[in-house]
Amino acid sequence: MFGNLDFDVIRRALPYLFFEGMTFTLTLTGLAALGGLVFGTALALMRLSGFKILGRIAGVYVDFMRSLPLVLVIFWFYFLVPYIGQWVTGASRPISVGAFASSLITFIMFEAAYFSEIMRAGIQSISRGQPAAASALGLTYGQTMRYVVLPQAFRNMLPVLITQTIVLFQDTSLVYVLSITDFLGAASKVAQRDGRLVEMYLFAAVVYFTISCIASYAVRRLQARIAIVR
Amino acid sequence: MIEISHVNKWYTPSFQVLTDCTTSVTKGEVVVVCGPSGSGKSTLIKCVNALEPFQSGDISVDGTKVNDPKTNLPKLRSRVGMVFQHFELFPHLKIIDNLCLAQEKVLNRSRDKAMAKGMQLLERVGLKEQAQKFPANLSGGQQQRVAIARALAMDPIVMLFDEPTSALDPEMVSEVLDVMVDLAHEGMTMMVVTHEMGFARKVANRVIFMDRGEIVEDAAKEDFFGKPRSDRAQKFLSKILSH
Repeated sequence: MFGNLDFDVIRRALPYLFFEGMTFTLTLTGLAALGGLVFGTALALMRLSGFKILGRIAGVYVDFMRSLPLVLVIFWFYFLVPYIGQWVTGASRPISVGAFASSLITFIMFEAAYFSEIMRAGIQSISRGQPAAASALGLTYGQTMRYVVLPQAFRNMLPVLITQTIVLFQDTSLVYVLSITDFLGAASKVAQRDGRLVEMYLFAAVVYFTISCIASYAVRRLQARIAIVR
Repeated sequence: MIEISHVNKWYTPSFQVLTDCTTSVTKGEVVVVCGPSGSGKSTLIKCVNALEPFQSGDISVDGTKVNDPKTNLPKLRSRVGMVFQHFELFPHLKIIDNLCLAQEKVLNRSRDKAMAKGMQLLERVGLKEQAQKFPANLSGGQQQRVAIARALAMDPIVMLFDEPTSALDPEMVSEVLDVMVDLAHEGMTMMVVTHEMGFARKVANRVIFMDRGEIVEDAAKEDFFGKPRSDRAQKFLSKILSH
C-alpha cells in the first residue's frame, strides 16, 4: 500500500514545516490564548458585575460568537477589519492589517467567548465567603478580584483552560482560508508543490495528534496534582 | 463606637429579617449577641460593616455612617476586623501572606513591615511555625486563630466575630476562645455572635438576645444570666444551659 509513497519529502520539508509553519501556529495559539483569556475574563466579570446593561452586552457578545462557525468569522473579519479600521480612524482608504494581525484579532475575539464561560464558572465556584472576607479587610472590588477571586478561579479552571487551548491549537489551522503559512498551510504548500498530498497530510495529522495527545496527558497529570493540593 | 438605630431589613415585604433593631457598643465594651438560629444575629453583625445591606435605619461606626452612599466603605471596613464562621482564609496564599495581603494593598505598608507585624501576631496566637504553610494544612482551630490574627494585623478599632467557633470540632473551641478572651482583657471593643455562654459569662459586659429578627433583650451580663426578663430568653437559656 505504501509502495509508491515517498516519505523522504517530509524529511526535506522539515525545516520549512517547523521553523515557518509550526512557529506561526504556536505563536498564534499562544497569543490568542493569552488575549482570549484576558478579554474573556473581562467579559465574565461584566456578566457577574450585577450591572444589568454590562451583563447584557457581554451575554449577547458571547452568544453571538458561539453561534457562528469559526471559519466564517475568520473570513468575514479578514475582509471587514480594513473597513472598520478606516471607519474608526477616519482614513480615506481601507487600513491594511495583514493576515497575521487579522487572524490574531479574530481568534482573540472568538476564543474570548469560550474562555469567558470557563472563567465565569470558575468565579462562581469560589464560595461567597471569600470575597466577603476580602471586602471585610478593606480590599476594593478590583483588589478583591485581582488578589483573591481570580487567582483561585484561574487555578480551579486551569485544566479546562488548557483543554480549550488545545482545541484552539487545532482550530488555528483554519487560517488556511487566508492562505497563511501555519503548520497545515506549510504542509499543504509542500504537498501541492511536490505532488505528495497523502504523505504531507498524513504527517500533518500525526503531528497535530501527537502534540494534542501529549498536552491532554499533561492536563490529566495536572488535574490530579491540583486535586491533591486543594 | 457602634451605633445601631432602628435597623430594618427585608428580602420581600413579607420576609422581614431584622425588625427595628437598636443597640450600641461603646469603646472597650464586649457585647455578646445570642439567640436561636435564624434569629438574624449574623445578619445584624454583617450589617455593621455593610457586608449586608439594609432597607431602613442607621448604623454608624466611630462616627461614620455605614449606610451613607458617600462613605468610603473599603476604608471603613479596613478599620473593622471581622472573623467568620468558616474562617475564610485565602487558600491560595501562605499563612503569612494571608496576614500581609491587606496590610500591603490597603494600608500600603512595606513588605518588611507587614511581615514583621504578621509574624508578631502569629506568635501571639501561637502559630509562628505555621507561617510558610497553606491554610489547608492547618486544623480548623488553627485556621480560625490565623483569621483572628489576619484581622488584628489591620489594627482595627473594633472586632466583629460571627459565630467564630460554630464550625469547629469541640476540642478546638477553647484554643480560639482563649485568644478572644485575651483580646477582651486587653480592652478590645468586640461584638461577638456566639452560642458560647461560658465565654459570655467570662468576658461579656452586655448580652443581646435576638429572636425572629428582633432584639428581645439587651442587658448587662449579670442581669441577663441572673433573671432574663423575657419568656423567650428564659426558654433559650434553659435549653442551652441544661446540658
